[in-house]
Amino acid sequence: MFHYTLMIAIAALSACLVMTAIRFAIGPTLPDRVTSFDLFVANVIGIIAIYAELTDNANYIDVAIILSLFGFLGSISFAYYLMKTSR
Amino acid sequence: MLENIDMLLVKEIISSVFILAGVAFMLIASIGLLRFPDFYIRMSAITKGATLGVGLILCGMGIYFNQPSMLLKVIAIISFTFITAPVAAHVIGRTAVQNRIPFWHKTNTTELQDYLKHTLLEEKVSPDEAADNNHHTPE
Repeated sequence: MFHYTLMIAIAALSACLVMTAIRFAIGPTLPDRVTSFDLFVANVIGIIAIYAELTDNANYIDVAIILSLFGFLGSISFAYYLMKTSR
Repeated sequence: MLENIDMLLVKEIISSVFILAGVAFMLIASIGLLRFPDFYIRMSAITKGATLGVGLILCGMGIYFNQPSMLLKVIAIISFTFITAPVAAHVIGRTAVQNRIPFWHKTNTTELQDYLKHTLLEEKVSPDEAADNNHHTPE
């Protein structure tokens, strides 16, 4: 029963990834794409957490730590680049 | 009394409730990202929803594993996300205002007019003064 719950959660997060990818494709401006990339990273962190719980392997949580660090760095560096090129 | 309770089942049920709540918040954030009409409204929706969703999913995983090292890592990820997500949203939103991303036509921007006028004037002035002010103006 618990495995079915985790499977439903992973399916719902995959649907979230698809919707985020659609916004990434049709987003009219560059800040739209940056924020959708931010949500993309958050979705992948959630999928990694649920997969670590599904396989009883506690080592995957390190991947989530590194990914949360790099998502923040990516969005900040994109915002800095946009601010530099607008002037 | 306490020996009759299956502790693994209790852990699984609590973890399932946390994970399903987090996934629901993530789903609401993704639908908001896809359906909202404006960049700023989309950004506010996904910042709040995704932060709470990731926090709830990681809480459920920490409850399921029930080890101190795992709990420490989960608390590290949650605190880092709660610190950095508003900062990133603020920086991207300010950059979007400076790049003149259009607002939605129903957005009430009367309190923002001073700031908008200030940034537009600064941009009009900036090509003239950029040559001699360039070495100490980049904020």
